[in-house]
Amino acid sequence: MSTTYVETKPTQELEPFKGVKKVPYAEYFTSGHRTCEGCESAQFMRLIAKAAGPRTIITGATGCMYVANTSYYATPWGIPWMHTQLGAAGSSALGVAAALKSMMRKGEMKDEPINVIAFCGDGGGADMGLAAISAAMTQADYNLLIVMYDNESYANTGIQVSSTSPFGVNTTFSTPGKKKRIMHNRWKKNVAGLMIAGHPSCKYVATVSTSYALQAMNSVRRALTIGGPTFIHCLNPCPKGWDFDPATALEVGNLAVNTGIWPLYEVEKGELKLYGKTKEIAEGRFKRLPVADYLLRQGRFAHFTDEDLAYFQSQVDDMWNNWLIPGVIPLRKQEKNAAPTT
Amino acid sequence: MATLTAPVKETRKFEEQEALITGSEAIAVACKLANVDVITAYPIRPYDTVMQYMSQLVADGELDCEFIVAEGEHSQFEIVKHASACGARTFCGSSGVGWMYAMEALTVTPALRIPLVALVGNRTLDDPGAFGVEHNDALSVRDLGWMLVWVDNAQEALDTALIAYRVAEDRRMFVPLAISCDGAFLTHSQSLVKIPAAEQVKKFLPRYDRGDLLLHPDNVISVAPQANEDWVMEMRRQNYAVTERACDVIREVYADFERIFGRKYGNPFFEEYRTEDAEIVLLGMGTLSTPVKVTIDKLRQQGKKAGFVRLRWFRPFAGKEIAKSLERFKAVGVIERDLSLGSPDLSGVVATELRSAMYSHAKTRPPVLDFLCGLGGREVTVEDVEKITDLTFQAAKGKAEPLTQWIGLRG
Repeated sequence: MSTTYVETKPTQELEPFKGVKKVPYAEYFTSGHRTCEGCESAQFMRLIAKAAGPRTIITGATGCMYVANTSYYATPWGIPWMHTQLGAAGSSALGVAAALKSMMRKGEMKDEPINVIAFCGDGGGADMGLAAISAAMTQADYNLLIVMYDNESYANTGIQVSSTSPFGVNTTFSTPGKKKRIMHNRWKKNVAGLMIAGHPSCKYVATVSTSYALQAMNSVRRALTIGGPTFIHCLNPCPKGWDFDPATALEVGNLAVNTGIWPLYEVEKGELKLYGKTKEIAEGRFKRLPVADYLLRQGRFAHFTDEDLAYFQSQVDDMWNNWLIPGVIPLRKQEKNAAPTT
Repeated sequence: MATLTAPVKETRKFEEQEALITGSEAIAVACKLANVDVITAYPIRPYDTVMQYMSQLVADGELDCEFIVAEGEHSQFEIVKHASACGARTFCGSSGVGWMYAMEALTVTPALRIPLVALVGNRTLDDPGAFGVEHNDALSVRDLGWMLVWVDNAQEALDTALIAYRVAEDRRMFVPLAISCDGAFLTHSQSLVKIPAAEQVKKFLPRYDRGDLLLHPDNVISVAPQANEDWVMEMRRQNYAVTERACDVIREVYADFERIFGRKYGNPFFEEYRTEDAEIVLLGMGTLSTPVKVTIDKLRQQGKKAGFVRLRWFRPFAGKEIAKSLERFKAVGVIERDLSLGSPDLSGVVATELRSAMYSHAKTRPPVLDFLCGLGGREVTVEDVEKITDLTFQAAKGKAEPLTQWIGLRG
């Protein structure tokens, strides 16, 4: 007799959308929010809702996608949505999933696959709520997807640094000044890498971009279909916080990828797949653009000197040249002809 | 390690049983009888034995429930909060600074109209880290919309847990309820408890029905959008309306409890012990009732007319009722197992609230003295209570100062 150690409920079979023209018209996130012109985070909310469809329950942590997004007496959500606390994306997802599982098993609720999604910003995900997300990623019994929309700051409270803010960035908590030009000398935390490296029960992790909208939606659908705890990290250019023309949000998102700063990949059950321009960069078919092309498009780096740009470039070069898996695992590549250590 | 006693494990469908169990185990069996759907656990003394019992019940198939061990109390309470929003009957608990770690989650739970039932194994707040009983942990949520009740024996713990689900899940309420059991003195001490039959409980406790507030794809709602000064006040008024109804709901439920289970609690809000012809009364919450009652009996034999009022429900605070009861005495001595540093007259929470009720509703103004005693888990001894009654008798004779005193302190 073999023991079933982990028991997940069946998930919805969400096939990937086979092209932009095949994406359904139905919107489950529509007007009723008051986010900024060019807000890629709101765009991501729309993509998530569209990808997941109506048999979904979604919780949203405090942040821009709460305060600017869902303000009483209106709501943009065409699926059931509940606010949760800044550091509670992980725990809210577990709560919903556990309730559904228990009540369906006990016959207290109609048994059907319902998507469980929780979203948070980088503040709520990489900082305050990291422990809760990590805990959720170990709970193999539950189907849930945590999505972190990353506008590289605590945007809602007026653009303050978080653990995913890029090196040297100008924010209201890292203001360049007469004595110190660089107040934020921390390097961006690799949250997706954390999820991959540290959580054996997590079967799907992806980095996505709203500039690659189709893939972003299909990542959501893949995660929800695979089941178990899953995680998606999306980079979301923020016209207000990053200081660029809102009409160019898509372009800015592409530059993040094309400079190699934001690698795009999926890890499904331990298998890594790069995609988009990241794949071309890794295969040598596309030469990374200089980071200055991306950084100097944004007012938040206007204070950067050539030295700062060179330093930033060197770190990105180091990642691409020396990491075992660029963007994913920062362990040093072994020298090919090195003598064995044992 | 906590092992379940047989009657707790094997509750019977039609038969009441009796068992020698702790306060924690009593709460555990109540959760089993209530058929809870989702439980979250996190270790901290002294409440966490209840979760050890829950783990055993789930593992043995005695309770069908999701049992999640969270990575911290904040997550612990967030998980059950959202589970409850989706219609699950939930149980949770903590002690001391663990409860404080959950504070953000605790704050939003009543505002969201979530009928969570929680056990607080009352414990001194750090620092210093101490395991013994103090009441400040549970009291810290008193302004936020939580219901708060103190029990003093395992039978009352079990009964009150069943009552708690019925009260909290009443659609007129839909707010969380914390049951306080004194750390160690109740959580870990055993007494004989009658465990009701499962069928009896079914009659008493209907299914949790969240109605149109249910978070489910068939009910597309947005719960707790961000609000500003144009709407927050009206939302608060709704929570306030719950508190206006609370006493009536509680009375109804206790009456039904008595009808179904045959155990009579009388006035739900406070217990009166030998107050009929008392000159002075003592007042307190929780297990200090035992040394107090022993002392009252002893004093009565000496011809001293003292009585005791044990407060059960702290929220809602039945101020009018308490004031009407206490106004006939010559003095009141509150035995306070908490601190409220910097408060008026430096009194603890209970005395301060009591004086407020007396001021508004009592026809006469007996002195209300506050005795800080039994803090950090120190026993409230018969000797302490004798001293307290002595001082309260003196207050009745006119010596009503100081208003706050420390009893049982070294040196």
